[in-house]
Formats: sequence, C-alpha cells, structure tokens
Amino acid sequence: MSGLAGTAADWIWLAILLPFAGFVVNGAVAFLRPQARRLVSVVGVGSVAAAFALGVAVFAAVLGAHPTVPYVRTLWTWLPVGDLHVDAALQVDQLSVVMLLVVTGVSSLIHVFSIGYMRDDPGYARYFAYLNLFVAFMLVLVLGASFPVMFIGWEGVGLCSYLLIGFWFEEKEKADAGLKAFLVNRIGDVGFLIAMFLIFSHLGTLDFGTAFARAPQAFVAGSGTVTAIALFLFMGCVGKSAQIPLYIWLPDAMAGPTPVSALIHAATMVTAGVYLVARANIFFAMAPVAGAVVAGVGALTALFAATIGLKQWDIKKVLAYSTVSQLGYMFVGVGVGAYAAGIFHLVTHAFFKALLFLGAGSVIHVMHGAYHHTGRHADAQDMRNMGGLAAYMPWTARAMWVATLAIAGIPPLAGFFSKDEILGAAFARGAAQPYYYVVWAFGLAAAFLTAIYMTRLMLYTFHGPNRTGDQERTHLGEAPMVMTWPVVTLAALTIVAGALNLPHVASLEHWLDPVTAPATALLPALTLAGGAEAVLMTLAALIGIGGIWLTLRTLRPEALVTPERAPQETGLQKLLLEKYRVDELYRAAVVRPLVWFARVVLWKGVDAGLIDAAGVNGSAAVARGLGWLGSRLQTGQVGTYVVFFVIGVLAVLAALVHPSLGAVIRMVIP
Amino acid sequence: MLGPSLAVSAILFSLGVVGVLLRRNAIVIFMCIELMLNAVNLTFVALSQQLGLDGQVFVFFVMTVAAAEAAVGLAIVIAVYRHRDTVNLQHINLLRG
Repeated sequence: MSGLAGTAADWIWLAILLPFAGFVVNGAVAFLRPQARRLVSVVGVGSVAAAFALGVAVFAAVLGAHPTVPYVRTLWTWLPVGDLHVDAALQVDQLSVVMLLVVTGVSSLIHVFSIGYMRDDPGYARYFAYLNLFVAFMLVLVLGASFPVMFIGWEGVGLCSYLLIGFWFEEKEKADAGLKAFLVNRIGDVGFLIAMFLIFSHLGTLDFGTAFARAPQAFVAGSGTVTAIALFLFMGCVGKSAQIPLYIWLPDAMAGPTPVSALIHAATMVTAGVYLVARANIFFAMAPVAGAVVAGVGALTALFAATIGLKQWDIKKVLAYSTVSQLGYMFVGVGVGAYAAGIFHLVTHAFFKALLFLGAGSVIHVMHGAYHHTGRHADAQDMRNMGGLAAYMPWTARAMWVATLAIAGIPPLAGFFSKDEILGAAFARGAAQPYYYVVWAFGLAAAFLTAIYMTRLMLYTFHGPNRTGDQERTHLGEAPMVMTWPVVTLAALTIVAGALNLPHVASLEHWLDPVTAPATALLPALTLAGGAEAVLMTLAALIGIGGIWLTLRTLRPEALVTPERAPQETGLQKLLLEKYRVDELYRAAVVRPLVWFARVVLWKGVDAGLIDAAGVNGSAAVARGLGWLGSRLQTGQVGTYVVFFVIGVLAVLAALVHPSLGAVIRMVIP
Repeated sequence: MLGPSLAVSAILFSLGVVGVLLRRNAIVIFMCIELMLNAVNLTFVALSQQLGLDGQVFVFFVMTVAAAEAAVGLAIVIAVYRHRDTVNLQHINLLRG
C-alpha cells in the first residue's frame, strides 16, 4: 500500500458517482419535467465541477506522496469465477490522475458552454443526462484498475457517443451516423476482448498491477504471444481512436451537437486508445513489431486525414479530420515508446481541439441564429457561407487563432512542444531503425498540412468579405457570455499548457516515470544530441510557420463564392472533397457482401431454410404427428376404454401373482 | 365349500366382464356391472366364513352403493335415451379424439 491511503484518493469513487448521480437526476427530470432548465444546468454542471474539484484534491495528494506504485482502491469483489477474480477497483497513479484532471476539467468547461449552445433545444434535460453519463463512464475508463473495469467504461463511453451523435434522431442521417459509430467501434472492441482473453490465459489475471508485473517473466520479448496481445489491444484502439482503417465513423460523428464533438469526439473519448497503449506500455515495449505497427498506422493516419482536411467545406468536418490526424500523432508518440510525449500531446490537444470545436460551435450557433431570424435555409456549417466573422465575434476569433497557432506548432504554444517531442522521439528511434525516419517524415508532412488546413479554416471563416447574406448579416454578433468564457479559458490553457513538459519548469515525463518505467527500460533511449534537437525544433517551427505563410499568400477568401454558385470541383480536389471515396469503397467491399451474406445465406438459407423449416416447423410437425397417434386411442367408444382397462387390471394381477411376469410388464409399460 | 363358492364367483365375475366388453346396450352393460359387483359380494361372504364378519358387513355397504349407483346410472341412461333416441353405446361417442 502506497502513501495515498487516508488522503483524498480514498474518495476517488466519488468522482464517478457524482456525474452518475447527475445522470440519474437529469434523466428523471427529462421524463418528469423537461422544462426545468435551471435545475438541469445546476445539476449537470455542478456534478462535473465537483468531480473536477475532487480531481484537483487527488492530484494534490499524488503530488505530495508521489507514489512509486499505483494506489488501488478496491470497492467490492465483482467477478469471482473460478480462477478469474476481478474486483471493482479503481487505480490512482500519475497517469490516471492526469487523465482525471483533463476529463473533468475540459468536461466542466464544455458543460458550461452547452448551457448556451443547447438553450433552445427541447431535449435539454436529456442532453445533460447523456453528457453526465458520459463523464461517469469516461472516469471508469481512466480510473479502472483492471482490464474488465476499463472495458466497462470503454463500452459505456461508446454507448454515450452513440446516444449523443444520434441526439437529434428525428433526422435519419444523424441516427445513421450514431449507428455507424457504434458498429465500427464494435469491430475494434472484438480486438480488445481477444486481447483480454489472451492476457488471462497466459498471465492468469486481468488486474493491471499483477498483469504488468508478470508480463516480463511470462513472455519472451518479441514473441508471438505478446505481439498478438499488443496488436489486438491496438485493434481496440484503432476503433475507439479513429485510426486507419476504422477512422470513418469520426467525421460522421459530427452529426451530434457541437459541444459533444468537442468533448467526446475530440478531447476525451477518442483519446482512450492512446491512454490504453500508454497504460499497457509493457506489452508494446516487449513487442517491437506491435510498436512499429502503432507508430506506422499513426503516421499514416496523421498524413492521410490531414490531406482530406485540406478540401472540406464543413467547418466541423475540417476539425474532425484534424482530430483523426492529431490522434495519429499521439499514436506515433506512444508507438515509438515516448509515452509521456504521447500523453502530453493528448493533454494539449484536449485543450486546443476542445477550444476549436467550441469556437466552431459558437460560429455555428450564431450563423444558425441569423438564418433562423430570416427563415432562410442555408448550411450554417459551410465555410463558404461565412467569412469576415472576426468583425462580429472578436473574442471567438482571437481564441481560435490561438488554438490554430498551437495546433500548427508555433512556439511557444502548447502544440509546438508536444508535437516536437513526438517527432523528436521518432527521429531518435530512426538512428537504430531507419523505418522510423519514414514515420518522422510522415509526421513532418502532416504538420505542414495541419498548418495549411487550419489557416484555411480561419481565413475562410473569420476573414475576407462576409458571405452570409445581406439580411442575415445584421443578426450576426458575439455568442453569449456563457459560451465565450469557456472558449477564452481554454485559450489561456492552450497558451500555458506547453509549460507542463518544459525542462526546468515542470516535467510530465518524469511525472509519468513510475508508470512508464518498466517499458522505457526495455526500449532504446530516445534522447537526441543537443545540436540535433535544436535543429529539429527549428525545423518543426519553420514547417508550421511556412504552412501558415503559404496559405496566407495563396488563398483568396475574396474570391470564394457561396455553395450554390460554387463551380464543380475536378481531379485531385474532387477526390479530396469526396474523402478518397473510402466510405464508398467500404460499402462495396465490406458492407454489400456482408448484407448479401446475411440476406441470402443467413436469412434465407440458415434462418428460413434450416431453423424455421426444420427446427420450428419441424418440431411442430413431429408434435402434431404424435398427437394424431395419441388421438387414435381416444375413440369415444366406452368399449375401447374398457378393453384397455381390463388389460391393465390383468397386467396388475399377473404382476401380483408372479414377480417375473411383473418384470416383463414393467418393460412394456414403464 | 370355500373352493366351489370362489369358483362360482369367479365365473360370475368373468361373465360380467365379458358382457361389459361385448354387449352394446347400455342397460345390459349396466346389468353386467351389477353381476360383477354381486360376484365380489359372494367372495366376501364366502371368505367371511374363515376371516370373520367384516366381509359380510362390507357386502351391505357394496349393496347400498350399488343401489345408489343403479338409481343414478339408470337416470343417466334415461336422459341419454331422451336425448339421442338410443342406448346403443356405439352411437354415443362424443369424446372421440
């Protein structure tokens, strides 16, 4: 037992219970008094803010004790089944407390933002109930002390994601988007489950502490088993964190309310995969092939999604592909073994991507309000309908510029440090394995594209002439205070978060040492010579600045026209606009054959042919035949009955007279 | 005397059984059942010579029950006849499966 017993860490379960209680209350309100907005706001925001306060207290306790082993708070025995023994236990260590702070902190701000964004929605109480439930499950995910407990949270956030993507389920495409997210995530979850089975069959436990301690003795480094475990775990991450080839659900997830996109599909849930890799670091460190796959998939996704982001017109779609791309970065980080760098980027990304989405939410809110006033039906999310908004919403514009510079990697903002560290680590691994130079080059190219598409987004949304419409223009203005101050707070965090991992200021890397030490001991050192590091830093900064400069020089927002008058795209631009037609490819290669198989083989063949005909109708026919035979005995003639009666009496008599006859009779009549 | 008495009652009982099995008329079948009851009565009486008076007492009970049964049974036969104009059991088969 570490030095955390008796501190705030003992109350860690309260962090989950509070948002869950908020869910129960808000859920009840949604049914009983859906118009009680004030109560819903107080409960919704209050429960999450209280969880955040508790998170700060736990963080302070960890800061004071700095335990070298995780503090496990066992609540009750959950699954005592044979050799399998799983407790409902929560774990407090350096990694989970960082996630706890990020999740509750960003959630609190987004809950506040939602008060403004969802003000006029009839499903206000239902929305906050779902959002609170999400926070509760997300905390189960990051605080769980074993794979099954984590899996509960993992599935729970998937459920909330589904509920919130399809929040406006009256529109079919939005309900479909929720379904798509849910189904694609299931594919990854299969991998997670198989990994759990493998871990249990080889290590005999599913608790984090015991499993990670046994792994180095139980497995040979680089063996097939540990590689399989790592790769199946990563399969779960690919689904949850939207990496190639399962990234397709995340852009569609933008159908949900924008604060949901900010919270679930940018800042917290989608980063669960990164957290899982960092948590199970020992498996990935022992399986170099799996590490290389993680880094490779991450790098490929980072570049691939960034190219799609270049040509999207929907402001949320740009940010969605940007999220996919940035998640790729995080996987490069944890894949090369720079776990702290990956988590660091997770934290900074949570700040600036939440900020970007909330800013976009403010823009959409204002645009939607303007169109609503004049009754015009135009796309409030299409950047071609925006332009020049900086004049109307200066605070949102300024905050979003901060986030743009951060994500583009301009020093001294948060994104620069985290991204630079990941690229530096990949470059350092390249010295031994040139493969990682390719990863590094992909990351660098993606950084360049990131700067371009983000500057394009800002330029088209906030600068140049306004294209909203002459009547609508008068209704544009800054979003309400309740929406701007979370945005501004996040901007402040984006500016200072870079200091989290600055040498001599604070070191997230050393902070996470107790968690990542077993893995980093197995991996080659990721340090670069001082000169090389400086060169790489300068290069990363120049790439970002170059991307922004190039975009500012070449793009002409004055020349942009509204979507109705936009010319048809051709060639590569069309391909990017259509997202490489990956959805269409999947539909042709996976969905159609699967539906065909389900319809022709499973439905018509197995279900209708075998189960219905032979099983259901067959057993009915057998029963009917037996019944027909039995009914032949019921002639209704008293004489027949008497014959049987006499035969019976004679049989009994015979049995009484002679025991051996009795045995014969018992054989005939059981 | 025990042997001949039991033999007579066995013959009477068998005649009753055969009658129930072979005859069609409800009243005749009814009479055959009475015959079987009386065969049993004869057995009781014969055996009471050796086993005490219990058997003879039992015979009175059987005769009482048989009388009650005759009243109910004949009433049913009359009711059936009024309803279906026959007491032939081959034509009374409402319970056929």
